[in-house]
Amino acid sequence: MRELIYLTVLLPLLGFLINGIFGSRIKNEKVIGTIGSGVIGISFLIALGAFFETLALPVDQRQLIVTLFSWLNVGGLDVSFAYQVDQLSLVMALIVTGVGFVIHVYSIGYMHGDKGFWRFFSYLNLFIFAMMNLILADNFVLLFLGWEGVGLCSYLLIGFWYDRKFEKSTTSDAAKKAFIVNRIGDFGFLLGMFLIFLTFGSLNFNEVFSKANTFSVSTSIYGFISLFLFIGATGKSAQIPLYVWLPDAMAGPTPVSALIHAATMVTAGVYMVARCSVLFASAPQIMMVVAIIGLLTAFFAATIGIVQNDIKKVLAYSTISQLGYMFLAMGVGAFSAGIFHVMTHAFFKALLFLGAGSVIHAMHEEQDIQKYGGLKKYMPQTAVTFLIAALAISGIPPLSGFFSKDEILWYSFANGSFILWLVGVITALMTAFYMFRLYFLTFEGKERFGHDKHPHESPKVMTIPLIILAILSVIGGFIGIPEIFSGEHGNQFHNWLAPLFKDADRKLMHFGLHSHFEELLLMIISVAGAAASIFLARYIYLKKPEIAARTANRFRGLYNLLWNKYYVDEIYDVVIVNPIVTLSRNVLWKIADNKIIDGTVNGAAKLVDIISASIRKIQTGVAQLYALVMVLGIAATLLWIILSF
Amino acid sequence: MENNFLLTYLILLPLTGAVALLFINKEKASAIRITGLVFSVIAFIVSLFIYFGFDHSSSDFQFVHKFSWINGLNIFYFVGVDGLSLLLVLLTTFLTPLTLISSWSSIEHKIKEFTFFMLLLETGMIGVFVSLDLFLFYIFWEAMLIPMYFIIGIWGGKERIYAAIKFFLYTMFGSLLMLVAIIWLAVYASESLGYFTTDITQLYTVAPTITRDIQLWMFLAFGLSFAIKVPLFPLHTWLPDAHVQAPTAGSVILAGVLLKMGTYGLLRFNLPLFPDASIYFAPYFSVLAVIGIIYGALVAMVQTDMKKLVAYSSVSHLGFVVLGIFAMTQESVQGAVIQMINHGLSTGALFLLVGVIYERTHTREIADYGGIAKLVPFFAFSLMFASLSSVGLPGLNGFVGEFLILLGSFKSGVLNSWWFTVFAASGVIFAAVYLLWMYQRVVFGEVKNPSLHGLKDMNAREIFVMIPIFIFIVWIGIYPSTFLKVSEKTTAKIIHQVLSPENTAEKIINNR
Repeated sequence: MRELIYLTVLLPLLGFLINGIFGSRIKNEKVIGTIGSGVIGISFLIALGAFFETLALPVDQRQLIVTLFSWLNVGGLDVSFAYQVDQLSLVMALIVTGVGFVIHVYSIGYMHGDKGFWRFFSYLNLFIFAMMNLILADNFVLLFLGWEGVGLCSYLLIGFWYDRKFEKSTTSDAAKKAFIVNRIGDFGFLLGMFLIFLTFGSLNFNEVFSKANTFSVSTSIYGFISLFLFIGATGKSAQIPLYVWLPDAMAGPTPVSALIHAATMVTAGVYMVARCSVLFASAPQIMMVVAIIGLLTAFFAATIGIVQNDIKKVLAYSTISQLGYMFLAMGVGAFSAGIFHVMTHAFFKALLFLGAGSVIHAMHEEQDIQKYGGLKKYMPQTAVTFLIAALAISGIPPLSGFFSKDEILWYSFANGSFILWLVGVITALMTAFYMFRLYFLTFEGKERFGHDKHPHESPKVMTIPLIILAILSVIGGFIGIPEIFSGEHGNQFHNWLAPLFKDADRKLMHFGLHSHFEELLLMIISVAGAAASIFLARYIYLKKPEIAARTANRFRGLYNLLWNKYYVDEIYDVVIVNPIVTLSRNVLWKIADNKIIDGTVNGAAKLVDIISASIRKIQTGVAQLYALVMVLGIAATLLWIILSF
Repeated sequence: MENNFLLTYLILLPLTGAVALLFINKEKASAIRITGLVFSVIAFIVSLFIYFGFDHSSSDFQFVHKFSWINGLNIFYFVGVDGLSLLLVLLTTFLTPLTLISSWSSIEHKIKEFTFFMLLLETGMIGVFVSLDLFLFYIFWEAMLIPMYFIIGIWGGKERIYAAIKFFLYTMFGSLLMLVAIIWLAVYASESLGYFTTDITQLYTVAPTITRDIQLWMFLAFGLSFAIKVPLFPLHTWLPDAHVQAPTAGSVILAGVLLKMGTYGLLRFNLPLFPDASIYFAPYFSVLAVIGIIYGALVAMVQTDMKKLVAYSSVSHLGFVVLGIFAMTQESVQGAVIQMINHGLSTGALFLLVGVIYERTHTREIADYGGIAKLVPFFAFSLMFASLSSVGLPGLNGFVGEFLILLGSFKSGVLNSWWFTVFAASGVIFAAVYLLWMYQRVVFGEVKNPSLHGLKDMNAREIFVMIPIFIFIVWIGIYPSTFLKVSEKTTAKIIHQVLSPENTAEKIINNR
């Protein structure tokens, strides 16, 4: 199976081509859905087979590179369509194909009756194709192909309902914004690649990373490389300052939000940093930047999440916030903890989005949680699975989110500082609070919707995926039980990934100076805090709803600030977007191009015109005048000859 | 050396077609169109023979045909191809039949004259790319202007006369300087050769020994002419007018092939003939190229006319090519060559598509559109595909060129600064902005303009024109080696001609 890993890339491509070319003629949703999901299902099985084969191999034989054909071979550059099987790529492949498959199946139900059904499935398949390129690539350029490819699919899927309005503008505005903001990040990624090539003379992972261990390269070069790559990551993984596209990306159909904008694509930046851990570990100051940006993003996104009323928007900010945690993990050198959170987050966040989709479906496209309430009665399976996911993301033991989030918090303290931990915990408390605000307002309490709405449970094709993801959200954490509970075996997940990060770990030189007692104490604090937040949310939103309104009124300024997301979009418009457009239109085009450059050209032509027009007057056609000029000329010449003797 | 007549046949084929047209009654539209098409298709087939007979492993000129033309002055009829010119010849013979098919219904009057000029143009273009004698080159270079002038001036839009004259004057201005430089160079070279000649293979050996001060002037005289053709900022203002006013076929050829003559000229003449001057001017030309990349993109962004938008995007794309050329690394020059082909394909496709929709609605104003995805799905798909190619999405052709150019310029010893690449790479962002914004306004949203209802999707003929272009867009994107291999040895040789290892480091340092 390991040798067949390229099929996990090609099968989704095949699905894309079949549905993309023939989909409009097939028309039968079952056939289209089966093809679309089937190729992903088979890919998952192949990845699973490869995983078990790899597990059986000794550690030093686990990496395998399957080369299909040479892509760019020019000068010193030599990169191929080559796919790499190793511990990290397998984890990611399992997440992408596994969660991807579940979401594909769900989409059969969710997209039922949509006239673009075939288009939707072909785009989803294309996305998986690009994503698999991203995570299986054995070189930076192929990773970049996947990187931009997922961006394209994100663009196509956000704007899937291209004739619809979205908030103040349209879905196509949201799509365009996502693509362009991502391109800004890609600009950084490109520069990172160029500098890597200049420094190491290669863009193949193995070569670059092994040279990073042996070459003596200045820290500032590593700093630039890491910074450029990280700029790329902030775009794709929605971190400050490039996170602004993700909330708008909710304009896409909900399964897209679950698959692309929660579970997989947005974690690509985290994956990339983990993959390049050696490079980042060689630039400690950039590691610090990564940690701080991650933490700030986690914190600020959580504050915004508290006041939003659109169910998907809350989840979007929650995603940004959780991605921030992952970068915090990267920044403090806890690479495997970050990847662990990528995995558990994929389970519970996909579940939250699919649950939200189920609710939106039941409520006839209504997304305002103020107009929900008491839905548990109508859709029990959705409610229970949503509750499980909410508990998981809040970090309640023994659900998956507890293990991964706590590991990150622990390392932010152990490898970082108390401040990092403290802000991390405060964010975790806010997370628990807004997730349960969401849960209670949606599923519990009084019904706040009109009689025109008839909520109902979703069909099996949608609820079974919810149940699968709920199970994973519960048990997913058990593969990464920390050492203090599991004893001598240590953290299984960590052990699995350890060989990949050993070079980075060696460079970072973190020593385990902290005791198990400290770890346990901090853990208890965060869990107790999360539990308290849940009860607080319950109290406010179920028992005393007037408190929320009163608090909002008392802190009107702060509330408005959060409600308007710190006005970041508006600031970007005023400071960056509008000046560039105005400058281009009024100065570059209308003045520089039309007046100055073209004016010069036309002016030159006109000058010739004027001169010729005046010279033409000499040509009077009067023979006597010509004769006169001729005589004068001869006289002058003679005079000149005589004088020059 | 054994003479090979294949290139001469290739040059003569379209010309023969043009002459044949003269014997057809001008009322017989189909006969005229088919005759034109047949000749251009045969030309394409002949060029394929040349491609398959071409030896990739050699950097020499192949399929050489040479005989003395003006004896006393050692001026030759001398044609041949290397990897660089072969790719451009293929691009020319590939695009010409497609443009003829695309004009099947859009050109309705003076069909005979139109086809005549198109074939004449093809002969001129092929001639430019295969000439190995400066005198011969100059003749083709000028000859090609005339049919283009008429194509814009007769079948163009409202402002066609202004555009045609502007195009003609701009180009003539450069050409005259080049003519002076050609004569000057040949005279100068005759001092060391002992005889006057315009054979470039001989000039290649002598010209680089000319002192730098003289080289600088000769470089500028050639360079200005090519820079206008490219067009390099700030010599680009003829382009938007010419593109917008030209009929679709004219725009496609103009963007697809004619602009490449500028960059081709730089690679064929400026770099190998005047290596010292090339190194001296490299940073200056690169700065203009980078300005062009950003400026072209920004101005493209705010255009209200689709065709003008695509025209300005050419300024931006060709900026990449010029940067690649003057970075003078294997990666960047190879990237520049493949980018010339890419631009011909993607911009060609964009112009064809604008033509397709214009033919139906008779407007190119972006504001007149909106929501046509529903009405014309295949057109929407095609426009997306061509835009993505132009934006440089990895997996499609545009990426290969841009990536190699940027990568190569980043490590360039001649430029020796990151900033060129940093600024140029920002063009990648702006390209996404202007194309996606245009796409959004034209294709997405709701249909607001009532006159768009009933818009017909692309017909079989129009799809037939797009498909081959799309195949190559994907082909170059996934497996560029097919094409990179062709030019590999040639570009290596050109770089070697400029940066011969003995004195390179010294030259670069002396310039600073």
